[in-house]
Amino acid sequence: MLRLVLRRVVEAIPTLILITMLSFLLIRLVPGGPVTAMLGDLATPQLIAQLTHSLGLDKPIMVQYVIWLGQLIHGNFGYSYTVHASVLQLIGQNLPRTLLLVITAIIISHVFAIAIGIYQATHRGSWVDHALTGLVYFLYSMPTFWLGIILVSIFAYKMGILPSGGITNPNDLHPSLAALLAHLVLPVATLVLVTMAGWSRYVRTSMSEALVQDYVRTAEAKGVSRQGVLVRHAFKNALLPLITLVGLSLPFLFSGSIIIEQVFNYPGMGLLFWDAAGARDYPILQGIVLIIGVLTVLGNLLADIMYGWADPRIRYD
Amino acid sequence: MGQPLTAEYLVPEAPKAEGRYARSWAILRRSPLAWAGAVGLALVVAFCFLGPALYRVDPMKVDILGSLNPPTATHILGTDEVGRDVLSRLMLGGQVSLEVGFAAAAAAIAIGVAYGLVSGYGGRTVDTVMMRIIDVLRSVPGLFLLLFVDSVFKPSAGLLIILIAFVAWHPVARLVRAEVLSLRERTYVEASEAAGAAKARVALEHLLPNTMGTIIVTATFGVADAVLLVAGLSFLGLGLPPPQPNWGAMLSDSMAYLPRNAWWLVYPPGIALVITVVTVNFMGDALREAFDLRLRQDRTGA
Repeated sequence: MLRLVLRRVVEAIPTLILITMLSFLLIRLVPGGPVTAMLGDLATPQLIAQLTHSLGLDKPIMVQYVIWLGQLIHGNFGYSYTVHASVLQLIGQNLPRTLLLVITAIIISHVFAIAIGIYQATHRGSWVDHALTGLVYFLYSMPTFWLGIILVSIFAYKMGILPSGGITNPNDLHPSLAALLAHLVLPVATLVLVTMAGWSRYVRTSMSEALVQDYVRTAEAKGVSRQGVLVRHAFKNALLPLITLVGLSLPFLFSGSIIIEQVFNYPGMGLLFWDAAGARDYPILQGIVLIIGVLTVLGNLLADIMYGWADPRIRYD
Repeated sequence: MGQPLTAEYLVPEAPKAEGRYARSWAILRRSPLAWAGAVGLALVVAFCFLGPALYRVDPMKVDILGSLNPPTATHILGTDEVGRDVLSRLMLGGQVSLEVGFAAAAAAIAIGVAYGLVSGYGGRTVDTVMMRIIDVLRSVPGLFLLLFVDSVFKPSAGLLIILIAFVAWHPVARLVRAEVLSLRERTYVEASEAAGAAKARVALEHLLPNTMGTIIVTATFGVADAVLLVAGLSFLGLGLPPPQPNWGAMLSDSMAYLPRNAWWLVYPPGIALVITVVTVNFMGDALREAFDLRLRQDRTGA
């Protein structure tokens, strides 16, 4: 087990290094480079030369990369051009909110996806199975933002029972947990509905396949109860790969969160990124690409390790 | 005595592409899913491209006094915030959404197939490096990269196509590579190599035609994803510049009028998007069944 963990960690290192390179190079895509971006309309040849020198941008690019990497390790992600805060402060403020949204959605989505998938696999061909397949297909093809808009128009404007966006009530003196939870309902529901669709399709297929395996027939022949067969034999084997699937869905979830945060005006990483893109605030953009990339690699690593731990057949060597 | 042993018997024949796919065609023609998808998509295309010929209302004509009107006999789907006709804008917006979606998917497939072929057939070192690059791209959510690049350059339809192709090609590349890795161990490929065929020739003559099933299926799902991505980007305000309408931007504009329950702005573009995506996915599923493939979609976002 320890060997597996070590091996996976070592394999992730080159990817992590390449992500830092990508994020380092991104800002150099900007025509004129970071200096022109920073100075904007104030740029004169003399100022550009001064700033280029003082920022160390006249050094060879590899040297610049190593210096930048050294600063990263010390937690210096740079300073925002437009907001008076360091990139790390801003990310530290917004990242927990996005993680709260995404992780809550992943958990709830799983409960539903597994329940629906298992029900369908054990009731194949019934009208409920067909109806659920149709519904899931529809949800799977649904644009995230449209679903969000519909939920807002129904629950916030028509019925007026849930807030339409933000994370606190505008009139509250202090942020309250109750208000936060109320504000989470619609964005989480949107994310759950779109992710549940793909995952429940997956559970239905793998459960249906597991139910006709020899080991399930053996268990039934031994006289194991229907529930025992489902839970102890079929379920365990069918659901293991779901762990990997969740790891692979992380980029999709983060992408989805940009759109959802936009629809619900939810102040997380997506909204921070969107605002920064509009203001051409490159250090923030660079920092977020880096953090999200690293989180995704770590998430996949965790999924891999959990998979190896949960399935003793996997040994990777 | 039996037949003389000639070279023909020693070199196994590669499966002929036509023969291999004849069966798939037969399955496809009998598949209700394929028919539903093809007919549905044809209707969507006809609506967007032929509709304006039948429904002759100017999609750009502003009428401030008649703004935000619910559906009436003159404006079948009502009017938007400046009094423009929603139905005719839906048709015009659909044209852009479909064109960009299809073009982006085609570009993504072309890049992905070329990359996958080289990676799968180019040897171990090349493969490792090329797959590592894909690992990195897979770790950074596509929408973040798109937003970044979009903040740097001026938006246009051409840029949008390039951007979407850039985030959508790597799932294709991975699938093609996996297929090539298994194909290159086949006897007919080894035979062709032993006979002295150049690598490029083996790749184009044997590997490419036999991955066609995978390519067609991923291309189909790719179109659905690209249409969603175009809409998502336009929704974020980063797609195509106004006044040219498109479905994503129409939905984004509708948000401001939610408190007034302007449902005719919210539902038509969304329904048009869902119908497009569902019919394309129908075709993808039917094709997947016909080619007997097990592929999972890697979704890019939106």
